[in-house]
Order: sequence, then structure tokens, then C-alpha cells
Amino acid sequence: MNPVFGHYALILALFVAALQAVLPLAGLSKNNEKLFAFATPMARIQSALIILSFLILTYAFYANDFSVYYVAVTSNSHLPLIFRLAAVWGGHEGSMLFWVTILAVWTLAVTFFAKELPLRFRSSLLAVMGLVTVGFLMFILFTSNPFDRIFPAPFDGRDLNPLLQDPGMVFHPPLLYMGYVGFSVAFAFAIAALIDGRLDVTWARWTRPWTTAAWVFLTLGIALGSRWAYYELGWGGWWFWDAVENASFMPWLIGTALIHSLAVTEKRDAFKAWTVLLSICAFSLSLLGTFLVRSGVLTSVHAFATDPSRGLFILLFLVVVIGGALTLFALRAQSVGLGEKFDLVSRESLLLTNNVVLFTATASVLLGTLYPLLIDAMGMGKISVGPPYFDTVFVAIMVPGIFLMGIGPIASWKKASVPDLASKLKWAMGISIISALLVPSVMGRLSPMIFVGLLMAFWVISSVIVSIKTRLNAIPGNDIVKKFKTFGPAFNGMLLAHFGLAIFIIGVTMVKGYEQEHDITMHNGETTVINGYDFTFKGTLPVKGPNYESKQGQFYVTKDGKEIDLLTPEKRYYPVQGAVMTEASISINPVRDIYISLGEELEEGGWSIRIYFKPFVQWIWLGCLLMGLGGLLTMVDKRYRLKNKVTKSEGAAA
Amino acid sequence: MKSRHKRIAIIVAGIALLAIAATLLLQSFQSNLVFFFSPTEVSQGKSPSKGNFRVGGLVEAGSVKRDGTKVAFKITDTANSMDVVYTGILPDLFKEGKGIVAQGAQGADGVFVADQVLAKHDENYMPPEAADALEKAKLNQTMKGEMK
Repeated sequence: MNPVFGHYALILALFVAALQAVLPLAGLSKNNEKLFAFATPMARIQSALIILSFLILTYAFYANDFSVYYVAVTSNSHLPLIFRLAAVWGGHEGSMLFWVTILAVWTLAVTFFAKELPLRFRSSLLAVMGLVTVGFLMFILFTSNPFDRIFPAPFDGRDLNPLLQDPGMVFHPPLLYMGYVGFSVAFAFAIAALIDGRLDVTWARWTRPWTTAAWVFLTLGIALGSRWAYYELGWGGWWFWDAVENASFMPWLIGTALIHSLAVTEKRDAFKAWTVLLSICAFSLSLLGTFLVRSGVLTSVHAFATDPSRGLFILLFLVVVIGGALTLFALRAQSVGLGEKFDLVSRESLLLTNNVVLFTATASVLLGTLYPLLIDAMGMGKISVGPPYFDTVFVAIMVPGIFLMGIGPIASWKKASVPDLASKLKWAMGISIISALLVPSVMGRLSPMIFVGLLMAFWVISSVIVSIKTRLNAIPGNDIVKKFKTFGPAFNGMLLAHFGLAIFIIGVTMVKGYEQEHDITMHNGETTVINGYDFTFKGTLPVKGPNYESKQGQFYVTKDGKEIDLLTPEKRYYPVQGAVMTEASISINPVRDIYISLGEELEEGGWSIRIYFKPFVQWIWLGCLLMGLGGLLTMVDKRYRLKNKVTKSEGAAA
Repeated sequence: MKSRHKRIAIIVAGIALLAIAATLLLQSFQSNLVFFFSPTEVSQGKSPSKGNFRVGGLVEAGSVKRDGTKVAFKITDTANSMDVVYTGILPDLFKEGKGIVAQGAQGADGVFVADQVLAKHDENYMPPEAADALEKAKLNQTMKGEMK
């Protein structure tokens, strides 16, 4: 397969995507229904072309076609096949093509799964997605063509950054991109609603599963990235408040606000303008994330290339998209309306507070992320914002939010009573306080942060139990199993996601509160006792990997004479890039991880070694997984699949 | 009338709460800003004598001395250099002659005690701060040369 066809396919896709955007919009302004019919076929052709182009690039990696410049700089014939395929998104050009390919996948999904939307609405939806596609295709074709050739072709490629040669590279970017780009669907729904001037319960019902899907992908993508950083970077951290991480975290926070706000819009026909604004924000932050990572304004493990013209293009694109969307919002928000009224104490107001909290949290992360860039851009010096800022501010903002999260699912819509809530939740609060004191007494140390963290986690868990109980009591009858069956996936999913957050908080609190770090030197045959565990170092063995050579440390870990694990951290050398990589070795268990990584080999044959104890660290990712599963569960709720009938009956009523 | 008073009270309370939150946020922000200095700027006394800051430059060739997990080395921007000590495991790409950024505070004896050393995972990559420090030193030297 000649790579030049991939380039042609992209050019063709650009024109088709332009038609997909322009024709339906022309149909709207001229009130010509016939033009709407173009949206779906154009969207499908365009998506197919982009996917074809992506497959052609993938084939070039598979076939080691080093005449393609991008392949030559990101791959190598000795690279194992799975990493050669993942290397497609291992550099700038390929990851932009991958971005737009994911957009094509979402576009295709819309054309197949959103058939029941009225033609007019679906056409403007696809038109908006077409506009986004045009922007990104122009970016790729004008500034970052992955199909550029070099003559003569080099004998071999420069290899994928060894840091990226990991299973994480296979899954983390696709999940993350599915999340990022998935918010473009929510964005398109919002813009289409503004164009249409119609935003009601049905609209919210259409939008919800799409938004939740994007959110689930983003949740899992971020969690996977965090776990990857934990074992790969060799210093045992799971979140660094690195600008690139923040870039993915901000859309997640706003996305979380959005799915809650959409719930209110669907259930109560309220928060309408706010929901639209959040949809715009979520996608804008996704674009901002892409800009930050791809423009080279940030330097981190995620930034591969620096080219100011690319940054400028994305910045312009950002201005057009956000500016355009917000202008439209300003002009049309009136027609969408604010929605139903509610009392000061009600589930609506609790969810509103949740939204304000999440929005503020996003703003504080944005400030910490952009301020250093701004100062640098204005030539006022170089500064960095330390993780303590994010830690303190984020926790301070989230604690009241999580407290209210315990109340929200129990409060009734429209008007709730404080004494009633208090009587339902008093035991939950009591048990949470006791547990939050009990756990530290077992662990042997209590600090205010540990107490607050555990209190919040147990509060959320006990409130989940109270919500189940309240719901059961509301249904007449005695058969508990039968009652449980009436719950429905949306309710269960919400509870599971909330429970997941509690598990996550437990993980974070325990790691932050009780982790231990020991930097020591060890010689062959030496035994050290740390934290009740015996570590015996039996020297290093030479190991040969497919494209690296490694020294593998042998550590026998025992406790009270019982063998726990053999840990084998490595120091790898990748000859193609001349790079040295540390591979940590971790003994995993539900309540603690033992983490060893090799430092440097010392002159007398010893090694400097780092040993961590990370209590409950796996709960962090388990919690994220549960949140993702919870989101997934809400999506299968019947009412989203019955939408066909809903629309028809509404159409009949109209 | 009464409900209007109640609403005003709620709004005032809300604004007050927001103002307090914003003040705390900005305060925390201010106290967590870490500024960057080149070894030349440090030698000129521009860096803070108390508190954390960052220095960047090249690890001076032949300056690395290890004692167990304790490492002493010099950071240079080619014009000036300064002593740094660090305890712990250094990043993989920490090498003599390579660019790094260290974060920490300067002790009374002038030795910079780093609690974090950053070097990125790419042979060709130079931390931007380190590159900046070298650039500045080079510029100063050419200017001095012209003055002669």
C-alpha cells in the first residue's frame, strides 16, 4: 500500500467533510429540507476516508516503511509488532491523525445510533461535527502531514521513545482520545440545540448517553495513564499535577459537572442554558488540552515536537471554536430558556452546588496550569506552580462538594426538608466519624488530612447505603429481591460511581497518609529490614530483551521467615536511542504495594535502591474503574433505548 | 418583603463565601509559586536566601561525587557554577554534561540542597529552563567581549 494514498484520502476527506458541514447549514438558512439528506452520507464517506488513511499509516508501521518520515522517526524494525502499531500515535503527526480518526469513529457512531433524531436536528449535529473535522484535517494537512516522505529512505528508524514502549501505550491514548473527542458529540448536540432554539427533556435524553460514554472513556483513560506513570516513571507517584495531566483532568471535571447537569435537565427540565454552556466548556477544554500538549508550549514526557506554527494554528482554531460557540450561546441562550424553578433545599440546588464546586475546581487547576505559561510568554521569567498548591486548593474545594454528594441522592427533587434529611443521615454521619477515627488507630497515626479524607469516603459509602434503604422503603411490599429489581441501571450506575469515588478517596488518603520511602544502598548478599519486611539483594542478572539489554536486580522479600515475593526491578539500556530506563518491580496486594526501583550502580558493586510502601494504592485505580463501570451501567438504562418511541409519540402529539 | 430579605441575605452570604474562597485560593497560589534562576543570577544574589527556588544548567563535568545515596555535584551555565547536594535516586538521564533542573533551597554555606532533580527522558532534550540559563550566560559573555 503506497503511503501517498493515505495523503490523498485525507485531502478527499477534507472536501467531503466541508460538504458535510456546509450543505446542511445552507439547508437550514434556506429552509431547504433536501440539503439535510446530504449530512449522513457525507459524514459516512468522510469518516471512511479518514479511517482508511489511518489504516494506511498503520500499514506503513507494520511494513517498516521508513521512506515515510514519521515512521522513520518513531519506529524501528527491532521494535516488537505491538509497539510498532502503538507507535502510530507515538509522535505528533500520527497522534493528530489518530485524533481525527477517533472523531471519525464518533461521527460514524452518530450516523448509526442516532437515527431516531429528527432529520433537521441530526443534520445540524453532523454539520457541527463536520466543521470540527474540517478544522483538524486542515491542521494535519497544512502543518503536520504524517505521510511526508524522505529520500533516500533511511536503513532503519530512530525508534519509539523507550518510555512509551509499554502496554500502557497501547491502551492509554486510545481511551483518552475517545474521551477527549467524545465531548465533541456533546458539543455538537449543544450547538445544534442553539441553532434549533429547542432544548427540552427529549434533547437531554438524547445527549446523556453520548456524554456519559465520553466521560467513561476519559475516566478510564486518565486512570490507566496514572497507573502507567506509577510503575513506569520509577518514582512511585500516581499523579504529578503535570500540565499535561491537568489538561486531561480539566475536561474530566467539567464533564462530571455536565453529566450531573444533564441529569437535572432531563429529569426536571432545569439548568438548560447552564448545560449548554458546560458542553461548550468541556469540548473547549479538550481542545485546550490538545493545544497545550501538541503546540510545544509544554515540555513533558507527552510533548514530542515543538513547532510554533502548529501551536498558532491550534490556538486560532481554539479561538474560532470557543469564540464562535460562546457568541452563538450569547445570542441564542434566551431561546433555550433557564427551565423550571426549584427550592433552596432540593436535589436541584445540591446538584447546582456540585456544579459550582466542580467548576471552581476546574478554574483553580486552569489557573495553576496556564499562569506559568502566561508569565513565560510575556517574558516575565520562568516560574512553576508547585504540587502543594494543587493539593491544598483542590482538596479544600472538593471537601464541601463531597459532603453534599452524600446528601444529593437522598434529597428529593424540587423541595426537600432539612430535618428529614438530617434524620435520614444522622447515623451515616455518626458511623463515618467513628470509622474515620478507627482506621487511623489501627494504622497507628492520625492527622487532620487522614481524618478528613476517610470521613469523606465513609460518608459517601454510608450515604450510598442510605439511598438504597430510602429507595427500598419507598416501594410498597415485603419482597426485597423484587424491590431491588425495580431500581434500574441508571440508579445503580449512579450509586456504583459514587461508591467508586469513595474507594478512590480511601486509596488517595491512605497513600498520602501512610506511604513510606526509603533510599538505601545495598550490596550483593546484603539483607535489610524495613517496615517488618526483610529484603535480601542477590545481585543483578543480565537479561536480553527484544530491543534492549538489561540488568535485573534480584530481591527476595520475606516477612517473619515467610516468602512474600521475588522482586526484579531492571535498569534497561536501549541502544537505538542510547537511552537508559528504570523498570520498577512491584509486589501488589489489596492493602499495600511494595515498590522497588534501581538507582545507580555504585563503584564497589553495590546499587542505590529505592523502596516504597504504598498502602491501598491499588484502590485509587479500582475506584476509577468502578466510576467508569457505574457510568457504563447508566448508559444501558432502558429509557435511552426507548427514545425511538418517545420521539414518535411526541411527533404524533405535535 | 421577608422572602426578599432572605434572598438578599443568601446572596450576600454567597458572595462573602466566594470572596473568602478566592482569597485563600490566591494566597495558596502565591505561596506555591517557585521561581527559576540561573547559576549566574544566584551568584549575583538575585535568588531568595530563604525558601524554595529552581536552578538549571548543565551538570559540570567531573563534579559528581557519590557517597551512598548522597550525591554532590555542580550546576553550571558555563559562566558560573554552584554546588548542589541531593539525597536519593537521580533520574535516568542525569549525566555529567547534560541539562537538568534542580528544585530546593540554598543553605547558609551557599550549597544548594535539592529535594527534586528533573531531567527529561530524551537524549536530545534539554529542560527549557536549563536551555534558557545557558542562553543568558552566552549572551552576557558576548556582550562582555564586545565591551572589551
